[in-house]
Amino acid sequence: MKGFLYKRILQLIPTLLIVAIIVFFITRMLPGDPAAVMLGPQASAEDIAAYSEKLGLNEPLHKQFFDYLINLATFDFGNSLTYNRPIMDLIIERFPNTIILAVSALLLAVMIGVPAGIIAARKQNTIIDYSVTTLSLIGVSMPIFWLGVMLVLYFSVNLGWFPATGMGSLEEGFGSFIRHLILPSVALATIPTAEFARIIRSSMLETISQDYIKTARSKGLKEFKVINKHAFKNALTPLLTVIGLQFSGLLGGAVLTETIFSWPGMGLLIVDAIEKRDFVVVQSTVIFIAVIYVVINLIVDILYKVVNPKVNLDSNSGGGK
Amino acid sequence: MSEPILSVKDLQIEFKSGSIVTKAVNGVTFSLNENESLGIVGESGSGKSVTATSILRLIPNPPGKITGGEIIFKGKNLLTLSNREIREIRGNEISMIFQDPSTSLNPVFTVGNQIIESIRTHKAVSKKEARELAIKMLELVGIPAPEKRIDMYPHEFSGGMRQRVMIAIALSCDPKLLIADEPTTALDVTVQAQILNLMKELQAKLNMSIIMITHDLGVVWETCDKIIVMYAGRVVESGTVAELYKNSLHPYTWGLLDSQITESQNNLKPLATIPGSPPDLSFEVKGCPFVERCPYAQTVCFEKTPQLMEPTKGHAVACHFQTSDQKLERKEDAYFDGSTT
Amino acid sequence: MNNVQGIEEARDIQYRKSKKEQSFIRKLLRNRFAALGLFVILLLTATAIFAPYFATHDPYEMDVTKTLLGPGEDGHILGTDSYGRDTFSRIVFGARISLLVGVAAVLFGAVLGSLLGLISGYFGGRTDAIIMRIIDGMMAFPFILLAIVLMTVLGQGLVNVIIAIGISNIPGFARVVRGQVLTVKESEFIEVTRSLGAKHGRILFKHVVPNSVAPLIVYATMSVAGAIISEASLSFLGLGVQPPTASWGSMLQEGKNFLVLSPELATFSGLVILITVLGINLFGDGLRDALDPKMKL
Repeated sequence: MKGFLYKRILQLIPTLLIVAIIVFFITRMLPGDPAAVMLGPQASAEDIAAYSEKLGLNEPLHKQFFDYLINLATFDFGNSLTYNRPIMDLIIERFPNTIILAVSALLLAVMIGVPAGIIAARKQNTIIDYSVTTLSLIGVSMPIFWLGVMLVLYFSVNLGWFPATGMGSLEEGFGSFIRHLILPSVALATIPTAEFARIIRSSMLETISQDYIKTARSKGLKEFKVINKHAFKNALTPLLTVIGLQFSGLLGGAVLTETIFSWPGMGLLIVDAIEKRDFVVVQSTVIFIAVIYVVINLIVDILYKVVNPKVNLDSNSGGGK
Repeated sequence: MSEPILSVKDLQIEFKSGSIVTKAVNGVTFSLNENESLGIVGESGSGKSVTATSILRLIPNPPGKITGGEIIFKGKNLLTLSNREIREIRGNEISMIFQDPSTSLNPVFTVGNQIIESIRTHKAVSKKEARELAIKMLELVGIPAPEKRIDMYPHEFSGGMRQRVMIAIALSCDPKLLIADEPTTALDVTVQAQILNLMKELQAKLNMSIIMITHDLGVVWETCDKIIVMYAGRVVESGTVAELYKNSLHPYTWGLLDSQITESQNNLKPLATIPGSPPDLSFEVKGCPFVERCPYAQTVCFEKTPQLMEPTKGHAVACHFQTSDQKLERKEDAYFDGSTT
Repeated sequence: MNNVQGIEEARDIQYRKSKKEQSFIRKLLRNRFAALGLFVILLLTATAIFAPYFATHDPYEMDVTKTLLGPGEDGHILGTDSYGRDTFSRIVFGARISLLVGVAAVLFGAVLGSLLGLISGYFGGRTDAIIMRIIDGMMAFPFILLAIVLMTVLGQGLVNVIIAIGISNIPGFARVVRGQVLTVKESEFIEVTRSLGAKHGRILFKHVVPNSVAPLIVYATMSVAGAIISEASLSFLGLGVQPPTASWGSMLQEGKNFLVLSPELATFSGLVILITVLGINLFGDGLRDALDPKMKL
C-alpha cells in the first residue's frame, strides 16, 4: 500500500507539469502583447511596460517558463491588477465557497442517486424501475444552466421560497445559509444524481445475480443486509470511479451554476475575470482547479484500492502481502 | 426407523418468462433420515439443483415459483414459514454449499468476516468468541495456519481451499442438514477427492444429513446412502446406493451408468452417450419424458406417463415395463450406436 | 503480393463479420426509445436545413414596438425577445448553430483525437507514454473549463467555438481509440498480416481503423450531445457565437434577464436544448445496445 501511494504521488508530477505547460502556452498564444492583453484595454502604455517587466516578458522564453514553474510550485500566483490583491488571497477567499457548493451537490447526488439506483435494480422491470431509468436519462441530458434558471423562475420568482442569488453567511443564521444553498445545489446535483442512479442500477443488477449473493442468502441474512452489505460493497467500485469523474463535472458545472445564482465561488471568479479580461486570474484559477481535480482523482484511486482488495494497482510488489 | 428429518412431497416448481411457463420440477418426492446422505443425480436441466435450492426457498422469485407440494423439515413445512422463520433455518439448521467456490465467496470481505457473519447471525456470541469459533472451523476443515488465514481475502486462497472455507461457513452453526450443490464440479480432479473425503469425515463427526447434487454417479457411489435419479423435472428412479449399483431398473439410469468412466474399462470400450437431449419443459410432455431417447421405447411409452412405483421395497422406478411383469432385458450395447467414436 | 493481400482481406472480413450483429438495424429500430431519439435527430436536422421554411418571421428583424410579447401575441407563436425578434423563428435558426457546432466540433475532436489514439496505441512504448501524459494533462481540466480558457484566448465567434469544443473533445477520442487499437492489436489476424510483411500505415488504416469504427460511432454520438450542451453553455456565458446570431444558449442568457417579464424566452430556448440532447442520448444508448451491449462506454 505504501509503495502504491508513493508511486501514485510520483505519477502526479508529470501530469501537473503538463497542465502547467498547457496553460503557459495557451497564455503565450494570446494574440498581441501578452501584457497588454492581460491588463485589458483600459491599461496605459506605462502600465503595460511595467507589467511586461514584472512578468519577465522581456526575458528569454525558457527563463520565463522556469520562473513561472517556480512561482507555481511556491503557490505564488502574483497579483491581480483588476482586483488589486494577491491572486492566492482571492482563491483562498473563493475556493471554500465552491467546495461547499460542490460537496453539498455531491452529497445530494449520492443520497438520492444511490438509493434510487438500488431500488430500481431491486424492482427491475417494474414501474419504479422505468421511472428511475427515464428520469435519470432526462437528468444526464439536462442543460443545468437552464435548470438553474427554471428553478429561479419557479421557486424564487413565482413561489418566493428561496433566494434567487447570493450566498448566506453563517452569521445571518444557519437557516439563511441553507436557504441560499438549496437551489444551486439542486441544479448542480442533477447530472451526478442521474449518473449515480444509472451506474448503481446496472452494477447492482450485475452483482445481485452473483453466486455470493446466493451464499449470503443461504446463511440466513436479512435481505437488507444481503443487499446493503454484500451486494452494495461490490457495486461500489464502479460508483467510486464515477464519483471521481463527476467531481470534475461538478467543478466545471460550478462555473455555470455560480454564474446563475451569483454564488461567490471560483466559477464566478473565473467568469468575472474573463469579463474584466484579467487573464492572470483566469490562468491561475484554472491551474488551481486542475490541481485539485488531479488530487481528487488520486484520492479516488486510493479509495478504489481500499474498497476492492482484488485490484492490484501496485504492480511492483506483485501479489498481495 | 424414526421420523425422517426431511421429507419432500409432490414438489412442483415453475419458471415464468413472459408468457412461457417452464415446469422445472414436477412431482418430486423423497425423504431423508438423520445422518443419512442422499445423492440427487441427473443431467443439467433435470431439475436437481432447483429441487435442492427450493428447500431453503432460495429460488429467485420472479421468475421461479414453488407452485405445489410440501417440504417438511423436523415436522415443519418450510414452504409455509414466514420469511423470518425460514431465515432462522438458513445457515443454521440447514446449510448450503455451491458449485463454484471462486464465485460463491464474496470477494470484498475477508473469509473470517464471512464466517463470523454467519455465526453471529444465528448465535448470541461476542465478536471475540465468534472469531475463535471461526478459527476452529477453519481448522476443522483442514486449512493450515487458520489464525493467519482468517484475515485473508478469498482471492488469496486456492480453489480447493475456498471450497473448504465454504464448508466452514456452512457448518459453523452445526446444521442438521447440509445441501451440497455440485460441490466438486468446478475443482481439479485431485482436489475433488479431498473435498468429498472431508465431507464424509465431517458428516460422521458432526451428525448431520447430506444432500449431494451431482451429475457424476461416481461421487454418489462413494459418498451417499441413498440416491434419486431425476430426469426432466421428475424422479425416474430411487433407492439405496447398494441396490441401484447392482440392480438399477430405469433405462435412463442404465444410460448414465454406461456413460461413466470406470477403472476397469481402460478405454477398451468407447464411452457411451445418450443420444438426443431432454424435452423442452415449457411444453406439456406427453407420455414418458424419456421416450425420445429410450432404446426400449414402445407404443405405450408415447401415450402414458409412467408413475413412480416400488416393484421391490425401497426401490422405486418410473417405467411402464419395470413396474409390471414384463421386465426389460438390459442390453449391453443399448447406448453404443455406430456413430459414436 | 497479391496473394498476401487476398489472405489479409479474407481474415479481415471474417474478423469483422464475427464481431458485427447482422440484424443491427432491425435491433436498433425495435428499441422504441432509440427510434424516438432518431426521430428527434431527424426533426432537428430537417429544422436546421429548412430553417427559412419553418420560421414564421425573420429571426434578425427587430421591432422596438413589440418587445417581450407573450406567446401567441400578434402572430408570434412563442412571443418576442427584448429586441422584438420572434422567439420561435430564432429557436428554429438556433438549431443550425447547435447542429453545426455539435457535429463540426465532434468531427474536429474525433479526427485529431483518433489520430493521436491510433499512433499512441499502435506504436506503444515511449510514443504512447508521451502522448498519454499530454492527454492526461488535458483531462485534468474540467471539460467546460478547457473550452472556456480556449475561448478567452481565441475570442468569440462560430469557428472559434468549434475549435475550442473540438480541442476539448480530443482526449476522450484519443482514449477510446487507443483502447480499441490495443484490443485489435492483440488479435491474431494482425499478427498474421504483420508476419506476411504488411507496412505499419497499411495495417493501421486497413485493419485497425475499420475495426474501431463501432465504438467510435457510439462515442461520437454521445459527444455530439455534449458538444451541443457546451456550445449552449459558452453562449450562455457570453463566450460563444457572436450576437446577433441566434443560439439557444445566448437566447437563454437573455431570457434569464427578463425572467419576470417574459419567462417563455428562457423556458423554450432551454427546453429545445434538453429535448435535442435527450434525443441524441436515447439514440446513442440504442446504438450502443444494438452494436454491442457489452461495450464499456
